[in-house]
Amino acid sequence: MILSINNVEVTFRVGPWFNRQPILGVAGVSFDVAPGETFALVGESGSGKTTLANAINGLQSISNGDVTFLGERIDTTSQRNMKPLRQQMAMMFQDPVGSLSPRMRVGDLVAEPFHIHKIKANIKEETERLLSLVGLSGDFANRYPHQLSGGQARRVGVARAIALNPKLIIADEPTAGLDVSVQGEVLNLLNDLRERMDLAMIIITHNLHVVHHVADRMAVMYLGRIVELGETESMFRAPAHPYTAALLSANPEPDPDKAKERISLPAEVPSLLARPSGCEFHTRCPWVQSRCKSDQPFANGEVRNIACHYPLSPGDKLPVKQSSI
Amino acid sequence: MNILEIQNLNVTFDTEDGQLRALRDVSFNVPEHRIVGIVGESGCGKSTLINSILGLLADNGQVEKGKILFEGQNLTELNSSQLRELRGVRISTVFQDPMGALNPVISVGTQMLHIQYRSSLSKSEKLDNAAEMLRRVRIPDRESALTRYPHEFSGGMKQRIAIAMAMMMEPALLIADEPTTALDATLEVATIELLQDLQQQIGCSVLFISHHLGVIAELCDDVVVMYAGEVVERGTTRQIFYRPMHPYTERLLQCDPAGQSERTRHLPTIPGEIPDLRLRTPGCIFAARCHCREDICDSTPPEVEIEGQSARCHRLVA
Repeated sequence: MILSINNVEVTFRVGPWFNRQPILGVAGVSFDVAPGETFALVGESGSGKTTLANAINGLQSISNGDVTFLGERIDTTSQRNMKPLRQQMAMMFQDPVGSLSPRMRVGDLVAEPFHIHKIKANIKEETERLLSLVGLSGDFANRYPHQLSGGQARRVGVARAIALNPKLIIADEPTAGLDVSVQGEVLNLLNDLRERMDLAMIIITHNLHVVHHVADRMAVMYLGRIVELGETESMFRAPAHPYTAALLSANPEPDPDKAKERISLPAEVPSLLARPSGCEFHTRCPWVQSRCKSDQPFANGEVRNIACHYPLSPGDKLPVKQSSI
Repeated sequence: MNILEIQNLNVTFDTEDGQLRALRDVSFNVPEHRIVGIVGESGCGKSTLINSILGLLADNGQVEKGKILFEGQNLTELNSSQLRELRGVRISTVFQDPMGALNPVISVGTQMLHIQYRSSLSKSEKLDNAAEMLRRVRIPDRESALTRYPHEFSGGMKQRIAIAMAMMMEPALLIADEPTTALDATLEVATIELLQDLQQQIGCSVLFISHHLGVIAELCDDVVVMYAGEVVERGTTRQIFYRPMHPYTERLLQCDPAGQSERTRHLPTIPGEIPDLRLRTPGCIFAARCHCREDICDSTPPEVEIEGQSARCHRLVA
């Protein structure tokens, strides 16, 4: 395993100074990523996907659990030891243009990782090589970020991420804000690079269609916990957790006549300050039973890891109701 | 009857590097009680189109020729105070970012009062109206919601409040500019269903702009496909999704990862980029990226209409 995280918790303290309250942004998450694997984290906004990514790359300190990357504990290591590990783990942040410094040219942006890690290389050659790898011509090196389109800026982000031959790329919403035709380009590029460089990837997204095509395994997060984890194909075919089923059914498809069997999720996402008792999804679950309100379900620890008392089996009828917010 | 008729609309912007034609011969109708979707990628002129309907074009932009007929009245000929009479009352808008649409320092109730400034009702009646509107967009605990400020609501609720405000005066036309793009998938479908319900209750027409093909398929009756400032194809939703006539529409539908039920590692794309609209050459606007390009594509393509579906493409003549 290239990365294994075990029971990770991230605590934030919120509220005024006289009444600080801890909230769990990530509440006990465990999973492994194998070399060359694409792993997807999905969930609604506020489910802790980005916080978890930051905890993995050491930008966010964790309050419990451990993160092991290439055999080293990231959560306890010093900043000095962290630096060489960062070479192996690249991050692509959410906003493609916003994650590039507006005052640096593309060439300097792509060369920046070499300077930061004091790597002696023929920088000009490397920059050209990286830009051509991501499909940008050499004259892009002289442009500033505001002269790029969203897709081009994303490509520069990819070039920066792969500059030092990392083992793992964490991509936070790599396709958000991109047009459909460009989305495909970025995903194909990431996939080609993954094959060529034997990269492992963690993709964070709420676009389930994208996950279906690129990810080997996926984990569905809700209120900072993983409620279901498994092979992407089998989860799309037969979601077992009601929340996964609801997310999959809430995916508008470009087919006007397709019969929509939709699971409506009532109410809003509960506040992290007042987590529901028992199963935290019970306030919105259409299949809720009395046990769900008192007993917290634990992940069953199998290949298809499900945290639910009454997982759905394939062929279970969805209790379709008139949907409401 | 058509609520909105756009005829041969041409909009240009003066830029440092010369004139940019943002919209070229755009024509389509929004019939009564129908939801018309506009699909297109960034830079296709969706926002310019809305701004010209609302009379909010930037100072360097002008309607060069063409008409925007709203209930028979040509909006391009109205002065700013006449337009103000229409905006928010007969034509209202929901934008992509709900936080940007709401005033952060005024409570929701007060903002909803302000919207009704043209109405002659008493203050308490207006407040009742506001509460009723919040009920229709399914905001729980309405009375206290009116006293709260925008930041106290979640993203989905804010967008619903923005929709409530837009529907307040029961407009004849609602323009929705990517209203669900900033929302999660679960909220997205809920918001679409809400828009559909309200549209039926109020009986208005909706011009719905989105680049999300799934949402368009679900919500709209008719679809207009735009590319680089031109309408390349229009028709009913079924026609567009099941029998696209223009190569661009065809490719766009293929590109959507949602369209492929089979898992694939290699997603289709449209190679090339949107052309620079300052250097517009005659001929088909999509020719440079088209997979069935021929020599004839260098001349202006004709508009071909078959059973109410029309597209600008040479291929259809043969």
